[in-house]
Formats: sequence, C-alpha cells, structure tokens
Amino acid sequence: MNNAPAIFLGVFLVFASAWLGLIFAPYAQLSGLAPVVPAEGGDAYPRPLGGLAAQGRVIYRVNGCIYCHSQQIRSERFGTDIARGWGPRRTVARDYIYDSPHLLGSMRTGPDLANIGARQPSAQWHHRHLFNPTWTSPGSIMSPFSFLYETRKIVGQKSVDALPIPKGYPLADGYEIVPSDHAKALVAYLQALDHTTPLPEAEEQ
Amino acid sequence: MSLVTRPPDRRVSIDASTRLPVLVFFTSAVFWLVTGSFLAILASIKMHTPGFLASTSWLTFGRVRPAHLNAVAYGWASMAGIGVLLWLMARLSRAELRYPWLLAVAGGIWNVGILLGIVGILSGQSSGIEWLEFPPYVPPILVAAYAIVGVWAVVTFRDRREKHVYVSQWYLFGAIFWFPWLYTVTNLLMVYQPITGVTQASVNWWYGHNALGLWFTPIGLAAAYYLIPKVIGRPIHSYYLSILGFWALALFYNWNGAHHLIGGPVPAWLVTVSSVASGMMIIPVGAVAINHHMTMWGYFHVLKYSPTLRFIVFGSMCYTAVSLQGMSQSFRTLNQVTHFTHYTVAHAHLGLYGFFSMVMFGCIYYIMPRLTGWEWASSRMIKIHFWTTALGIGSYWTILTWGGLMQGIELNDSDLPFMTIMKRTIPYLWSRTFSGVLMTTGHLVFAALFAMNLLHLGERRTEPTLLGDNDDNVATESAQAPPVLGSSH
Repeated sequence: MNNAPAIFLGVFLVFASAWLGLIFAPYAQLSGLAPVVPAEGGDAYPRPLGGLAAQGRVIYRVNGCIYCHSQQIRSERFGTDIARGWGPRRTVARDYIYDSPHLLGSMRTGPDLANIGARQPSAQWHHRHLFNPTWTSPGSIMSPFSFLYETRKIVGQKSVDALPIPKGYPLADGYEIVPSDHAKALVAYLQALDHTTPLPEAEEQ
Repeated sequence: MSLVTRPPDRRVSIDASTRLPVLVFFTSAVFWLVTGSFLAILASIKMHTPGFLASTSWLTFGRVRPAHLNAVAYGWASMAGIGVLLWLMARLSRAELRYPWLLAVAGGIWNVGILLGIVGILSGQSSGIEWLEFPPYVPPILVAAYAIVGVWAVVTFRDRREKHVYVSQWYLFGAIFWFPWLYTVTNLLMVYQPITGVTQASVNWWYGHNALGLWFTPIGLAAAYYLIPKVIGRPIHSYYLSILGFWALALFYNWNGAHHLIGGPVPAWLVTVSSVASGMMIIPVGAVAINHHMTMWGYFHVLKYSPTLRFIVFGSMCYTAVSLQGMSQSFRTLNQVTHFTHYTVAHAHLGLYGFFSMVMFGCIYYIMPRLTGWEWASSRMIKIHFWTTALGIGSYWTILTWGGLMQGIELNDSDLPFMTIMKRTIPYLWSRTFSGVLMTTGHLVFAALFAMNLLHLGERRTEPTLLGDNDDNVATESAQAPPVLGSSH
C-alpha cells in the first residue's frame, strides 16, 4: 500500500463519518430541546441559573468537584441511583440544556449531586460541610475547602453567617469563621442543583 | 519491507538531522513525566488523607488531579510521542529533516503552553472539561506548536526516498491528521463556540477516547511495528494483517467515544452505536496482537537482553489487555457495575501507562544512543527502571481493578450506605499511593539515566548496554543492533 493520497482520503473519511455520527447527529437531534411549561401553569423547567448560582458553578468547575461527583441519575433499571435516594427520576437531555461546560462527571468517589439542592437545602449545612466535611459527615474523605472561608476577629456583633464551631475545634476566643464570596456562590449553586421536576420523557414503565 | 542493505552513512546522517528536535522533545517529556508523577502522588495521598496540604487552593485535590493528567498526557506522553514520530518518520522515509531548528522551536512553544496550562489549572482557571482542562488561552499555543510538527512530518514524508510506505508510517500519518482535527474541533465546540448540554458530553468523550485511540495509540503501535522487527532482526509476521489492523482501527476506534456515557442522559442509539463499535475493536486489536506475537515467536529470549524490546513487548501486551478490557467495559452488564468506580481509573492507566508510556520508554532506550553517540550508563539502572514501573503499574491495575469491582458491586446494593462503601475503598487508595511511589522511583532513576546519557556521563561504552550485562563486565553480544539481517530500515 504505497498510495499516500489513498491513505489520506481513507483517514479523512473514517474520521468525518464518526464526527457526523457522534457529534453532528446528536446535535441535530437535541439542539431543538426547549424548556417545558407545566400544563397546570407555573414556571418553565429547566431555567437558567441565577447570577450567584452561575458564579458558583464556576467555583465548582475550577476546583474540580466533577472528579468525585457526578450529576446524572441513571434509570431505575440501571444501577441504584434512584433507590439510594439521589433523585426521584432519571435525568434526561432536557435537564441539561443550559449547561456549559457539561458537568455530568465520570466518577463517584462521593455521591451524585444532580439533586443535592433538593436533598440538602440548608446553606449552613453546606458551609460546614465544605469547611470541614467530617463535621457533617464523619469518615468523609472529601477535600476540605477551608480556603474558601475566612477566620477573622469578631468586631462588635458576631456575623450572621459565621459557622457554628464544634466543641474542641481550635478557634481563639473572639474569632469567627465566615464564608467568602466564593463560598457563598458555590453554596448558592449547590442549592440550585435540583432536577426533581417531572418530565414526560423521564417517566419509566 | 525491502531487505536491501543501504550504506550506513545515510542512516547516520538521517539520525543526525533529527538530533536537536528529538532531544528537545525527549528532554521536555522526561521533565513533565517527573513533574506529573509528583502531582499524581500528591493527588493520590489526598484521596486517603484529605487533610494533607489542604489549606491552599492551589493544592486542592480537584486542581492537582487535572494538573497531573494534563502534565502526563500533553507534557510527557505527547512530547515523547512527537519525538518518536519525527524520528520514525525521517528514518522510514529515508529523508533528513529539513531545518530541524524549527522543530526545536515548536518544542519550546509546546513547553510554554504546558507550563501556562498547568499553572492555570492550579491557580483556578480550569475549563472543567475532562482531558481539556487547560485554560482557554493555552490551546492556540499548542495548536501553533503542533502545526509546525504536523507540517514538518508531512514534508519529510513527501521528501521520502523510500517508495514503500511501511505500516508504521500509515499509523503516523493517521495520528498526524487526527490529533489536530480532534483537538481544534473539540475546543471550538466546547470552549470557544460552545454547544450546550449533553451533546457537549458526547463531544467530550469523543475527544477523550480518541486522544488515546487516534493520537497515542497509533504512535505507540507505529513504534512497536518498527522496533520489534528491528531489534530481533526479522520482518513483521504478516503484511496483510497489518493492513487489516490499521483500517479496522481507523474505522472502529472513531466511533467508541459515547460508551463513556452508558446509562447517561443521552439518546440510547448513541450509546448503542459506540458499544457495537467497541466490540468490533476485537478485529484491529486481534490483528496487532497476533502480528506482534507471531513476529516475536521464537525470539522471546531476546527480552532478557534488550531494554528496548523488553519495554515495548511489555507495552504491546498491555495494549492487548487494555483493549480487551475496554471492550468488556462497553457492555452494559459490566458497565452498570464499573462505570463510576476506581475500575475505570485502573483501565485508563493500563492504557496510557502500561501500554503507551512503556512503549515510549522502550523507544527512548533505542533512539537516545543514536542521537547522543553515548551508550546508556548502567544496565542495573535500566533494570531498576523496568521492574519498578512494571511492578508499579501491575500492582496499580490489580488493586484498583479489584477495588473498583467491589466498590461497583456494593454501590449497586442500595441497602449498603454510601459512606460504608466509600470507607471500604480506603485500603485500595493507600495501595494506589504505594504503587505510585514505586513508579515515580522508576521515573527518577530513568531521569537520572537520561541526564547521564545527554551529558555523556559515566564510562564510555563501545557496545549497546544490555540487560544481561554486569555493569562491570560489558558483554559483546549485540541484541540491539543485530547483523545485516536486521538492517532493512
């Protein structure tokens, strides 16, 4: 086989065909997906993230949360995502129409987060968990994100959002730990992670 | 494969023309290998001891892990691969590289890109796209560097004096075109003009899978197809099988990507197509495995002596193993268990390390003395390098494959609490750190050996350094450069 143009053409064609199949075809099929407005009225679903949550998504992305947490609920016939209480239904393409970059994830060193906002609505829980995961989840091997928090001297009144500190934690008297703007944004994002709204195509017999 | 022996001076002058750029790429590759190894150990320790160096954002697990991946994939593996690609292309085309300094400049630009990318990830600018975490200002730098490499490889091919196009060149040809296409299209669709939603995930895994299958794999196979026959001094077993293997790889590998999304929120047909294509990989993988095995048949004793052959045959065996394993993972029954577990991590390392990196080590052992005019300083150090890395990846794969399997089986039992399952993985995570330290030890020994070769340190040897050697008593048998029989290329 000494014909270089033939090799080149073959190399080109096999590649182009796969591009059409794996990229263009799903794009053509899914790019028209739109939010659904419930028949009984109410807000359309899904909705784009609000300002603070959108900033929080950036914090989630640059700190690599996806390397331990997925955001996808598999069918009740495939794995035990639903049985574990990670979500009431499988997630489908429509759930993600506003996502970029996608954060589906490929690893579950920690639990799935597709519905963490519904499962764990408390901002304070998230802050304590992020500052030191073992405070809320004994035995956790999650990275502490204490660098998103500030330890500072209490001036006058204690701050409203100061973290409740467990007994025995070495914090000097007169000091408090408060979330930075990044931590607040991240928690707003985690609280916004909620794919529990029913969608017709997610129903399974 | 022509068996006519050419005057040796031509080969020497061709090798000499590749000296500067190939040494630039290899030296950088070794630097990034060591850097990437330390990032790996750091990430691995953080998985079982999360408080380790956790107070600074730069060293948080979620940044160190992608910094590791990108350092080894684009720093080590790609730079070693480009060095091998340039050298092989010049040799197989029987053509000197023109203006080799330009390629050395390309290596410099590539290094700038990697450095900015790693610092960017650690400082909190990751794109968040697996396998493409470098911040958006890095891809254009890498594309610019790659453009020089790609054009030069094609120019060298056009300059060829050898009419016959050997199987290694087809693979190199594929890699040369596939990589820039993949890399630019994916960056356009995910970073610069992003499409949204799950289609992005399909693009992401089309890229992630093809980076291994259509960039690293063809370079690794090209090297194995050249160096196995070269070292043992006999032609490849079957020309027909090598054609079949190449086209089957080109046809099926391309379609594999979406098997990373089995069970995910994507159209069912997409996953099915990729699973079928993954099953069809039995053809190219079988063709290569049979061809290499039959070529080696009767010559396995050479593994005792030749460092090049030992690393490359180890790598080729891992290629067969990782490909068969990958096929099995694309079947829904197994995927349901292994998908989100450490099993996948073991699989990825068997591919990029057990196969590709080991083949690259073998290539560097062969090529370096021909560029520096200096034999390897120590047979003992090569042996240490081989055994630490072979046992390192062997234990890494075994531990995480088993641990991941247990983790997956337990995750599919909804009565077991998640925390219980996670705690049971911790001993495996410790063992992973141990395996990583073993491999890194090998890399440090290799880096030292590499530096000694580059700087002409140690005793001058007149014969190739073989593994049977006692360092004090250099053998005269030459398995690296067999007599006339082997000098077909």
